[in-house]
Amino acid sequence: MSRQMGESHRRFLQTMMVSGVIDEQAAKALYQYCCETHRTQYAPDKLEDFIDTINSRLQPMFMQIRKGMSENNGLQYYALVNMAETDITRMSSDYADNELELFRKTLDLIVCSEDGKASSTDILNSTDSMTTRKMKKSETEHLLSRLVHDKWLSEKRGEYTLSTRCIIEMEPYIRTMYQDHVKVCHICRNIAFQCQICENPTCGIKIHNPCVARYFKGKSEPRCPSCDDFWPHEIPEVKRPHSQSRR
Amino acid sequence: MTQRKRPSSTQSSSQRRHTGNLVAQDEDDDATFTQPSTSQVQRGLEKLTPAQVDQKTAEVVQYFLVKDQKKMPVRRADLVKHVVKDYRNIYPEILKRAARTFDQVFGLKLVEIDPKNKMYILVNNLETPDKASPVRSPSNPKMGLLLAILSVIFMKGGVVRENLIWNTLRKLRVDPGEKHEEFGDVRKMVTDEFVRQRYLEYVRIPHTEPIEHEFRWGQRADAEVSKAKILEFMGELHEQDPKTWTQQYRQAHSLPNSSQASTSSSSQR
Repeated sequence: MSRQMGESHRRFLQTMMVSGVIDEQAAKALYQYCCETHRTQYAPDKLEDFIDTINSRLQPMFMQIRKGMSENNGLQYYALVNMAETDITRMSSDYADNELELFRKTLDLIVCSEDGKASSTDILNSTDSMTTRKMKKSETEHLLSRLVHDKWLSEKRGEYTLSTRCIIEMEPYIRTMYQDHVKVCHICRNIAFQCQICENPTCGIKIHNPCVARYFKGKSEPRCPSCDDFWPHEIPEVKRPHSQSRR
Repeated sequence: MTQRKRPSSTQSSSQRRHTGNLVAQDEDDDATFTQPSTSQVQRGLEKLTPAQVDQKTAEVVQYFLVKDQKKMPVRRADLVKHVVKDYRNIYPEILKRAARTFDQVFGLKLVEIDPKNKMYILVNNLETPDKASPVRSPSNPKMGLLLAILSVIFMKGGVVRENLIWNTLRKLRVDPGEKHEEFGDVRKMVTDEFVRQRYLEYVRIPHTEPIEHEFRWGQRADAEVSKAKILEFMGELHEQDPKTWTQQYRQAHSLPNSSQASTSSSSQR
C-alpha cells in the first residue's frame, strides 16, 4: 500500500538524484534522517515500503530506485535508474556517438570475458575497429576516466569492470543484448560478471564471488550445488559492512 | 533558513535582463510559439486521453531533469520544439502538471527566470535542514569557488568590478590566467559557464578602455543561494555577528518568508 509522498520522501529522492547510487547502510541512515528532519513517523524496517512509495510516483517518468548487489563486496546498493531506454542511449545526453560506441565495445569485452574484466590495453586495441570517428589513445583514456567518474565503470589496476550502478541499471539491456553470453549466478539468479565457474564441463554453473563466500561459509568441503563436484576455487571471506559505510 | 524564490510572474528585474553576456541563441526565436488561450487548451484536452496527457507531461519532466542536471536553463522554444511538439495547443496545461510533479514528487520548484525569453530552471523547494545529511554527496569544487565569488559580490553591495574577482581567486590560489588542475580554463568557467548557468552576470561597463566588466548575481543564484546563509558564514569566518554588516543583513532578511520576492526594493544592489 503506497502512502502519500511527503517531504521525507522528496529529500530521499533528491539525495538519490545527486548521489546516483548508495549502499544499503547509507540508505537506512538516509531514510532515518529524512524522516527525522521532516518529523515523519520512522519505522526502521520499513525502508522498502518507503522506497515503494517513491517508486510509485516515479513510474510515470520511467525512473525507479532499484536494488542490486555489488560484485566486489557483496553489499546491497540502491540506485536511481532510468527504465525508459532499452539501449545505452540513456547515456546519450552525456556522451558523443563514438564514445558510446567505445563503451559498447568495452561492454562486449567485459560480458564475454571469463573474469568480468577488460584491460585498458584491450579497450585501447578495440578502437581500431570503430566505425564512428576513431579515438586517439589520450581520448580513450580520458573517456574511461569519465566513465569511472560517472559511475558506469570501475577501475582497479588497469582493469575495468562494470560498476554496481551500471549492472543495476543495465541488467535488462544486457540480458537482452547478450543472451547467449551473459552469465547468471546460480545462487541469486542475477547477471554475473566477476564470478567463479564450476570446472565440471557438463555443469559449468557460475556463482558471484560474494555469493560463493556466503554459500560455502563454514563448509569444510565445498561442493558444487548443481553437480556435487568438488568446488576447486578459493572461497573468499564474507565481507562485513563497515559501521561507517558511506558513499 | 529560507531561500529566496522568484515568483513566476514578471517583476522589476527586467532592469537586469538585457545587458547580460548571454550566449547567442542558435534556435528559432520564441516568437513562433504563441501561448494558446484557456478555451483552446480546454478544447485541446478534450481531444486527448488522460494517458496521452500524462505521457507528455512525463516527457517534459524527464527533459527538464536532464537539462537541470547540467544546470542549464530550459528555453520554452526548445521545450515546445523537441518535447511538446504536437501537444503545443495544450502547452500551459502540460507545464502546469509538470510543475505539480516537480513539487509533489521531487520537491523542486519550476521557476521562470527570464520572462522575455521564457526560460526556466528547477530550484530546490525543500527547507535547508539543521542537521547535515548522513550521505555525503559528491561535492562539486566548482560550487565552492562559485560561492566564494557570490559572497564577495554580495558583501560588496551586489556588483563588483571584475578585477576584484580575479584578485580574490588569485588569493585562493586559482589564477585566472593559468590553466588550473581542477577547473581548467578558469576565466572561461567564470565568465562563460557560470553565466550560462545563470549563476553570475558578466556585464560590460560602458566607456571603459580597456574594456572592463562587472559581476553580479545571476537569476539562479538569486533563486538558489541564501544570502542569509552567506552572511552567517561570513560571521563565523570573521567571528562577528552577522548583524554588524547592517546593509547586507537588511538585504538578506528584508524579504518575507514566502515566495513573494519584494520587487520594489533596491535590494538588488
